[in-house]
Order: sequence, then C-alpha cells, then structure tokens
Amino acid sequence: MQDKVLGISHMKKIYGDLVVLKDISLSVHKGEVVSIIGPSGSGKSTLLRCATMLEKMDGGELVYLNEKAAYEENGKCVYAPKADLKRIHKHFGLVFQNFNLFPHYTVLKNVIDAPVSVEKVPRKEAKERALSLLRQLGLEDKTDVYPYQLSGGQQQRVSIARALALQPEILFFDEPTSALDPELTGEVLRVIRELAEQHMTMIIVTHEMQFARELSDRIIFMEQGIIQQQGTPEEIFTAPNARVREFIGKFAG
Amino acid sequence: MSTTTMLQLLGSGMLKTAAIFFLTLLFSLPLGLIFSFGRMSGTGVVRGISKFYISVMRGTPLMLQMIVVYFAPYYVFGIRISSGYRFTAVILAFVLNYAAYFAEIYRSGIESIPKGQYEAAEVLGYSKAQTFVKIILPQVVKRILPPVTNEMITLVKDTSLAFVLTEVEMFTAAKQIAAKETSILPLMAAGLFYYLFNLVVAAVMEYVEKRLDYYR
Ligand SMILES: Nc1ncnc2c1ncn2[C@@H]1O[C@H](COP(=O)(O)OP(=O)(O)OP(=O)(O)O)[C@@H](O)[C@H]1O
Ligand SMILES: [Mg+2]
Repeated sequence: MQDKVLGISHMKKIYGDLVVLKDISLSVHKGEVVSIIGPSGSGKSTLLRCATMLEKMDGGELVYLNEKAAYEENGKCVYAPKADLKRIHKHFGLVFQNFNLFPHYTVLKNVIDAPVSVEKVPRKEAKERALSLLRQLGLEDKTDVYPYQLSGGQQQRVSIARALALQPEILFFDEPTSALDPELTGEVLRVIRELAEQHMTMIIVTHEMQFARELSDRIIFMEQGIIQQQGTPEEIFTAPNARVREFIGKFAG
Repeated sequence: MSTTTMLQLLGSGMLKTAAIFFLTLLFSLPLGLIFSFGRMSGTGVVRGISKFYISVMRGTPLMLQMIVVYFAPYYVFGIRISSGYRFTAVILAFVLNYAAYFAEIYRSGIESIPKGQYEAAEVLGYSKAQTFVKIILPQVVKRILPPVTNEMITLVKDTSLAFVLTEVEMFTAAKQIAAKETSILPLMAAGLFYYLFNLVVAAVMEYVEKRLDYYR
C-alpha cells in the first residue's frame, strides 16, 4: 500500500512510574479503517492523545504524511518547531467520547468557527461546506440550535461534522458511542460507517465488537501498553491468540 | 442649613459615590483578570506573590488599605501629599482591593470550565489566545455573573468607607446634614439612595444574565 498517512514507531508514554505505552508501532495508510480494542487501562486513549499531541510522548517517533512531528534524538523525544506542528495539526482530527462541543455556539458555529478563525477559510465557503456536512450527517434542521438542545447522538454527530469541516487526512475516534444510550449508538455508528464507505482514513477506539468486525480493514488488540495482536477482522475473530480470545469472549457474553 | 445647600451637598455626595463605584469597576474588573492569571501562573514565584497579594487584600480592612495608600507616598518615598491625591488614593485602594476579590472569582470560573473544552480547541488548531478569548472567557463570564453581582452590591455600600480620607460621598454628606439639622431624615434618605442604587445594579445584572441565558 502507498500513501502512509500516519506512522508511529516505538511510541512510549510514562506517567510517573507507570509505563502506559511501552513500545507502540503502527502505520496507517490512506483510506484504511483501523479499530483499536482492548481492556480498560490498556492505553488506548493515551495512544490517541499522544498521536493527536494532546499529550507529549516520552519516546519514539510520530510522522504524518512524511512530516516528522516528533522523533528521538540522543534518547530524548524531540518535537518539531511550533510552525511545523501547526501545519501537521491540520492533518488530523479527533472525536471525543463526550463530544466537547462549544456550548455557547450554535451547531453551525461549532462547525464553521475553526475553519474561519483558524484556517481563514472565507465565511461563505466555510458555511456552504458546513451545511453540506450537516446535511450528510442528518442535522440540516439543527443548524441554529445550541448543543444542550440536542440528544447525545446528535451532539456526537455535530462533533464529527466539526472535525470533518477542517478536512483532515485522518480522523481519530475515542469510544465515540460510549457516552450514549444504546438506542443512540446506532445513528453515530451509521455515520462512521458512511465515512468508511467514502474511504475516510480512521482510527477508532471502540468496544463495539460487531461494528469493528464489519467495518475495519484492520483490528488492533492492545493490552498493558503494547499491541498484543493485530490483523484483519477475520484473523482477529477466527484465530485470536489466547488473550484476545478471552477479551472477545467477555463481549460475546 | 438652607434646603438648597442640603440638596447640593447630597447631590455632590451622590455623584462622588457613583464616581467611586464606576471608577472602581472600570479598573478592578480588568486588573482582577491579570491577578487571576498571576494566581494560576505556571511560574511558582508569580503564583506565590499573587496568592499572597490576594490574601492580604482580602484579609485586611479596606479602610486600613485606604490609609496606607494615602500615606505611602510620604512615608515610603518622602513625597509631599497634595490634597488632590485624596480622591485618587480612594480609587486606587478600592481598585486594588476589589481586583483581589474579582481575581478569585475569575479563577474559580476559569477552573470550572471542563478540560475537554481546551482539548477540543487545541485539536481544532485554535491558538492559546483564541481558545481563551473565543471559547473559555464567554463561558466564564456567564458562570461568574452571580458572584460578581454580589461584589458590586457590596461595593455600592463600601463606597461610604471613603470618609476615612475625608471624601464627602453620599453617606458623609447625609451625616453632616443630620448633625446640623439634628434630624435622622437625611440618613434615611441616604439609606434609600443606596437601596435604589443597588436595585438598579441588580436589575442591570439580571438583564445581563438573561441575555446570556441562550445556552447552558
Ligand atoms: N494523566 C494521567 N496521569 C496518570 N496516569 C494516567 C493518566 N492518563 C491515563 N493514565 C493511566 O494510564 C493507563 C491507561 O489509560 P488509558 O486512558 O489510556 O486507558 P484506556 O485503554 O483508554 O482505557 P478505557 O478503555 O477505560 O478508556 C491507566 O492505568 C490510567 O490510569
Ligand atoms: Mg479510554
């Protein structure tokens, strides 16, 4: 496969004396959908937070589209200069478990504000793009309401629209449906499925096993800060190693 | 005392009270924000100094602070105090005092904004300044309106403390007339004035709160 969007090698993250990410290496190519599964506390969120630079990694390398965001030098993790990081930031987006919409902005403003005030996209163009995104996500009649007036599922769809409005090369999701009532997860999963059909490059941390199985090109099983097994859904679900089998078994009930 | 003199005295007292009120707000509201940044600074020394400053300003009487501010130029720098400095000293002391209270209100407001708001903004590429001005501050303003209103109401009443520097604000004026005329009526009138002033303050702030009611 060509077009490597994300390259992580030997990523390490330590909190105090807890080594949360031991040695994570992972490449994602254009159009790939990668799901990350694993028990609570295995470091899935930490991996996404380091990849999106919300958290500084303590070792290893982070590369977006051949641009090095962080690399190791003399045993230390060094980040690229601020101006480079600003550019690299545009390559990715992140959807949070609890949406983190801006409560004082309408749905439309939530979606257009970053393009307008960060990327200096002309307001008219940003608005057109936002409206078409919101239509695609089934929110065309919600543009002028405030987040508190929406259901959780609608809020999560707005936050997906907000991330997409910046046209990222890769989109990360950290348990996008975990904060939702079961009857609302479907609408969010459907949106993610549509994005997959449009070949959006995505990394999705999820506990929705069936969803991961159907949607992913690759599934990664994480445990205790390392990637225990990765492969196609078939490989993971039909020939899991002992730990993975135990984990999946819990979900199958 | 003739009625006109009394009215003149009360009128100029009212003006002085209003002037102390508005000038104090004008300067202490922004200054408080600067102190609150100091209080939350990543630099330990700055944080320590700010914390100490705030605790002194909140822990000692405003009346004493006014006296210190008034006499400091002479005792510390040997500068002769001109009588024109009195009003400036009153405002200065009020501003320094109220900024400390506002700083703590701002800090609690800023700290009550969920971390996720900062993180969402960061991932979307907002700069630190944009994040604060566009995302955090508007939410902080909404949250701190009730405690700020409380401070404003206290401030209206505190203006009467300016008498220690012999500034004839509303209350002092009323007291002078009451003594001259041996009547309690001027004091009652002064009380009514403070009450009405505060009614207006509360109404204005309630209006502002309503205006910010469009989101939760
Ligand atoms: N800021 C932090 N400071 C200290 N320890 C942390 C911090 N963030 C995470 N950890 C620890 O790192 C480990 C991994 O946490 P992480 O949130 O990445 O797990 P996770 O796989 O996302 O779990 P979950 O499925 O519950 O979301 C946990 O033991 C957690 O307590
Ligand atoms: Mg997590």
